[in-house]
Amino acid sequence: MPFDRKDGKLVIAHMVVAFTALLIGVICGLLQGLVRGGVIELPAGIGYYQVLTVHGTLLALIFTTYFIIGFIYAGLNKTMGKLIGIVKRLGWAGFWLMTVGTVIAAVMILADEATVLYTFYAPMKASPWFYIGLALVVVGTWLSGWGVFAQYRYWRKTNKGKTTPLFAFMAVATFLLWQIATLGVAITVLFQFIPWSFGWVETINVMVSRTLFWYFGHPLVYFWLMPAYMCWYICIPKIIGGKIFSDSMARLAFVLFVIFSIPVGFHHQLMEPGIAPIWKYIQVVLTFAVVVPSLMTAFAMFATFEQTGRAKGARGLFGWLKKLPWGDVRFFAPFMGMLIFIPAGAGGMINASNQMNAIVHNTLWVVGHFHLTVATTVALTFFGVAYWLIPHVLHRRLTPKLNRLGIIQTVLWVIGMIFMSGAMHITGLMGAPRRTAFTTYQDHPDAAAWGPYYVLLAIGGTILFIAGVLMFLNFIMLLRAPKAGEGGAAAEFPIGETADEAEPTPRWLERWGVWVGIVVVLVLFAYTIPFGDMLIDPAPGSKPWVTW
Amino acid sequence: MHIHRLEKIWLIIGVAMLVIFLGVLGVGAFAMGMQPPTGEHTIDPEKVSETYPFNNPGLEQIGDNEYNAYMVAFAFGFKPAKMEIPLGAKVHFQVTSPDVVHGFQITGTTVNLMAVPGEVNHYTYTFDKPGEYLVLCNEYCGAGHEFMATTIIVK
Repeated sequence: MPFDRKDGKLVIAHMVVAFTALLIGVICGLLQGLVRGGVIELPAGIGYYQVLTVHGTLLALIFTTYFIIGFIYAGLNKTMGKLIGIVKRLGWAGFWLMTVGTVIAAVMILADEATVLYTFYAPMKASPWFYIGLALVVVGTWLSGWGVFAQYRYWRKTNKGKTTPLFAFMAVATFLLWQIATLGVAITVLFQFIPWSFGWVETINVMVSRTLFWYFGHPLVYFWLMPAYMCWYICIPKIIGGKIFSDSMARLAFVLFVIFSIPVGFHHQLMEPGIAPIWKYIQVVLTFAVVVPSLMTAFAMFATFEQTGRAKGARGLFGWLKKLPWGDVRFFAPFMGMLIFIPAGAGGMINASNQMNAIVHNTLWVVGHFHLTVATTVALTFFGVAYWLIPHVLHRRLTPKLNRLGIIQTVLWVIGMIFMSGAMHITGLMGAPRRTAFTTYQDHPDAAAWGPYYVLLAIGGTILFIAGVLMFLNFIMLLRAPKAGEGGAAAEFPIGETADEAEPTPRWLERWGVWVGIVVVLVLFAYTIPFGDMLIDPAPGSKPWVTW
Repeated sequence: MHIHRLEKIWLIIGVAMLVIFLGVLGVGAFAMGMQPPTGEHTIDPEKVSETYPFNNPGLEQIGDNEYNAYMVAFAFGFKPAKMEIPLGAKVHFQVTSPDVVHGFQITGTTVNLMAVPGEVNHYTYTFDKPGEYLVLCNEYCGAGHEFMATTIIVK
């Protein structure tokens, strides 16, 4: 049965913005890599930091958010039936608010009124309209999230006593995390940045704004990751011809992600004054608790692979590896993402290691790290999803030619990333700072030693640019893929089934009130005293600065 | 709820490693004094140049080969511009900013602090090797960010 046309329009609208952002983002990425490598200088008064602001905002915030909403809305339709009226209205309202916000912010960045990078640290002051644009994007995502909740409630009301679909459960967990996390950034933008940038108040409390930002900033990365995990847990088993390893463990993992990705923002502020060491350490411990659901996810993935392979007759310790569909981009792209997540996760543990953070903080190492996590693990999984999601929604076919282009795209992306991220990790350990245009630091020998790696970085960035453009072209071809019919069936939306021997999913997993309660308790525990200190005995505030 | 036997073993090993690892970090930080930089020390960013000790940034001897180093990170440079530190000296850095947020990183060392306006950040480091150390700003601070650097000579 073809995908509902009206629901499909909403999904495709999100995808078009996502992949347009991807294209512009990788063009900016290429420019940065070449400037940083000392290969070119930017013409016509375009600033390196302006390009960097565009790159970060479009790829980290816009590409991811639009893709996630499109993917999740499509999955809601697939697992819970046609979107009800209010959900569609919320989805469109969210889409337009986000898009208007994005355009406002983009105009400000292009006008060089907001060259503050996508972290917009105070007291650097962008145009107030930049912050208003950001606020609209956030409010838009809230509306989209409420749509997810509304569809879920409607399903539960009309399917009393039944276990909710795993996809729906995970979608709710993802947007619950998002609602709780974005409170931080919404508070700092609405109550600190906007009044201060308009000049209604003279000063801003910098530490309060940074703390609120990072309360949001870490769960943000889980907002990117959880939809990728949804593909791994739900879609990948079906694609490889297997079963979901354990429905209840998958749900438990998602609950743990919601709980342990929020009260941990200080691990981004380990090198900062104004926060007592004990509170930094407590949040470091909470940060590492997220290892538990990560290990659960890794186990579930490889258990599914092995069980599927053995069911297909694989023998020996690793014989099942040969039974995996390596030539199928729907599997291959997300799998490469999973593989990269092993070094990416290990690097993340180094970053969060309290005093050890001093070795890598604000160096290129960190940039290398998140180009593995979000720009490889998450991005490749999303690309892998696009190859079936877009033709499925449009009732079209994923042709062998498109599949092959997808494999090539994935290989190019991985090779480019190994060069670029590898060079970033190495130079980072040698002390090269992140977010810094080309410089030799007056020919200091330490900086000279980074030079050869910068060349590798530029080469990797160029390969990634080619791979990014190819992905955009693939996206266009997916939109125009041959219609389903005599040539073959439409691409499938793969929804895995639970293994037969699995026990029924326990009811308590769906007690959202309890999970939110635990999050609130942990947030109060981790933040009340250190954040209270910043408010009760505030440091003198800062006036606005425009330094670019 | 059923958990596979192998998954239980996998998780127990993982959590045990986690506990050991966090224990090592905790002992290093709280028993051996290897804390990340911090400070409960505020300052008015508009009056940095009039406020002690930043009215006279530089090195101040406080003991036998032990010094306080008062540094101002500003857009786009550091005060004092040049500093000489005796070999083997234990240096207590105090860093602040009169304008936007800056970084204060000495390459090849563990000195890596955020200079936040309104706050003074503290960190202690002992210079055991001679040389000309590169000090750079590792937090984007504006158009001249890549020029924001200086050197510390240890001899």
